[in-house]
Amino acid sequence: MTARIAVVTFPGTLDDRDAMRAVELGGAQPVSLWHGEADLKNVDAVILPGGFSYGDYLRCGAISRFAPVMDKVVDAANGGMPVLGICNGFQILCESHLLPGALLRNESRHFVCRDQKLRVENNQTAWTNTFDSEQEILIPLKNGEGRYFADEHTIAELEDTGRVVFRYLDVNPNGSLNDIAGITNERGNVVGLMPHPEHAVESLIGPSLDGLGLITSAVNQLTGASA
Amino acid sequence: MARVIVDVALKPEILDPQGRAVQGALGRLGLTGVTDVRQGKQFVIDVDGDLDQEQLNKLHELAGSLLANPVIEDYELRIDESA
Repeated sequence: MTARIAVVTFPGTLDDRDAMRAVELGGAQPVSLWHGEADLKNVDAVILPGGFSYGDYLRCGAISRFAPVMDKVVDAANGGMPVLGICNGFQILCESHLLPGALLRNESRHFVCRDQKLRVENNQTAWTNTFDSEQEILIPLKNGEGRYFADEHTIAELEDTGRVVFRYLDVNPNGSLNDIAGITNERGNVVGLMPHPEHAVESLIGPSLDGLGLITSAVNQLTGASA
Repeated sequence: MARVIVDVALKPEILDPQGRAVQGALGRLGLTGVTDVRQGKQFVIDVDGDLDQEQLNKLHELAGSLLANPVIEDYELRIDESA
């Protein structure tokens, strides 16, 4: 079977086309979803891509959380469907309470755009199972509000249970607690990260092909489960 | 008409880079002695007629879910009697 992976477009989303292309290059069939339709079109997984949904009004992701499609995404995620949030998508997952914590304005006060080295801290999730343990990867990062924050108790729980999935290496670009770049839920099907794997899938324009690993992991999980 | 005002601010323990930038500007513009600046948001909500308890309960619920994110922010809700 070919896995069907949806990419949701909200008003103000920027990276939906890149995410669709990454899905295709990763060996799955991309399916476009519109935020206003409460229909997941029988997909096997969902990506919430980056951008500035609803102009980042109120707080990043705060209004997108209430979009009709998100009720379906939340239900599907709670039922075990792989869901990936990238950048603004990560912010939406936090606002939706599918992931704990929140993303705050960068400590440096600057929008940061760079190729960022990360360490894969957990290669057991739906989106990281084709990476080696502690593999170092290089993918672009671009955000103004990427400072991961959660209360002390939550950070300790994330660390103790291996739910920090990606950690910034060399430089902490935004002041995230514990250099956290991405996390997962208890079940490992929902993953959110600030850097952009969909921009590291082709040698012509990306710093590496490391981003493909997230897509091939989801494909692996989905097709493996059905075999 | 009734007017409800909701003030939202980052929790005190969280660094506020916007406030920090404003603090720097105040100093550059000649205001001495500023020890801290925190930037928040204010929502002014006008409601038709008098507020009933049900509306007030709903406002509190939405202030703590939509208007403020309790993970990072505190809110204060008050009824503006002068409106």
